[in-house]
Amino acid sequence: MSGPRYRADSIEKRRIVRLDGLTLLFHRPSGITHILSVPAPEILEALGDEPADAAGIVSRLAARHDMADIAEAEPVVAARLSELEAAGLVERL
Amino acid sequence: MKHAISLRIGPFGFRVGSAWPEPIIALAHLYHGYPAPHDRVADFSVRLEPERPWRRWLRPSVAIRGDFMLSDAAPMALAHGLLAAEMGMNLQMALGQRRYLLLHAATVERDGRALLLTGESGAGKSTLAALLGEHGWRLMGDEFALLDLDRGLFHSFPRAISLKNGAIALMEAQVPASRFGPRLESTPKGAIRHLRPGDGAIADMDKPARPAMILFPRFGFERAVRPVLGAEAFVRLTQASTNYVALGEPGFMALTGLVGQAPARAIDYPDGESAIALIEQLWAELKR
Repeated sequence: MSGPRYRADSIEKRRIVRLDGLTLLFHRPSGITHILSVPAPEILEALGDEPADAAGIVSRLAARHDMADIAEAEPVVAARLSELEAAGLVERL
Repeated sequence: MKHAISLRIGPFGFRVGSAWPEPIIALAHLYHGYPAPHDRVADFSVRLEPERPWRRWLRPSVAIRGDFMLSDAAPMALAHGLLAAEMGMNLQMALGQRRYLLLHAATVERDGRALLLTGESGAGKSTLAALLGEHGWRLMGDEFALLDLDRGLFHSFPRAISLKNGAIALMEAQVPASRFGPRLESTPKGAIRHLRPGDGAIADMDKPARPAMILFPRFGFERAVRPVLGAEAFVRLTQASTNYVALGEPGFMALTGLVGQAPARAIDYPDGESAIALIEQLWAELKR
């Protein structure tokens, strides 16, 4: 069964600076600065312009990164997605 | 207004008007040698007025007025008129600034490179800046660091240094009396005495400096040094800024640029002498 699908703002709507392993993100529509740690920036990147659910994002992440256990990753990604939704950085479709 | 003074501190022209002569006389002494505003036009104006007309005679009390106001800019006793003027100048800067990212921090410069000192009230920013200013550094400012949004350089804003309580005697022992303002007792922050920066700080106030190091000092602890990673330094500096949110994306780029190029350290120190030694050591390590 597939979970909720999410969409990220287009990449032009954010400005990203990486500092010492953390990602600082300036969200242009809201003017809010966010500080993100792994894997939130990777999730935003994997979402790109194509909406997906947690399982879809995990398979996109697996294609780009070396991931040991894909089954364990899905609930983690689902939890981060709901945090990103609360922060206003992704939208649930 | 009946009494007034115009002067330039770094990039900004100020005009302070007053219903009484005393604060203006004190400012003229404290800011002796400062230039006039560019084109004689002030960027910010501060007015010191009687809170109510009759109070001018009954119980003189200064209200601060200006282009930008805070509701808690409380009226003060006339004896503190100089402090009111200084507060008013800070207020105008903190609320009205759009050209620079403003950090509540002290800055000093050596060899064209700037050291930023920031921390909570009581961390010793002003005292350290005053001490460094007398020990081979150029004081750029003890209260506000101005980071320009285009080039990422610090600009000097060398207002009179506001020394509090124990720092007053410390600096009185090192600096000629002619550079001090009057001692103000029983202010909301205890005793305060303003110190005019050295001649070099005033003569070179138009020279910017590239950020080289960020320090978060803490007074009253055994000597200690801790590296501060970029994201933590970033967060602490957003908290130290009065206009980060208002500036939006240019502020974000300026602040991430600053944190990306200047290493940050948290330092604890028990007294001024050991702080200076520690800062010199960290500065020397930076150059290697």
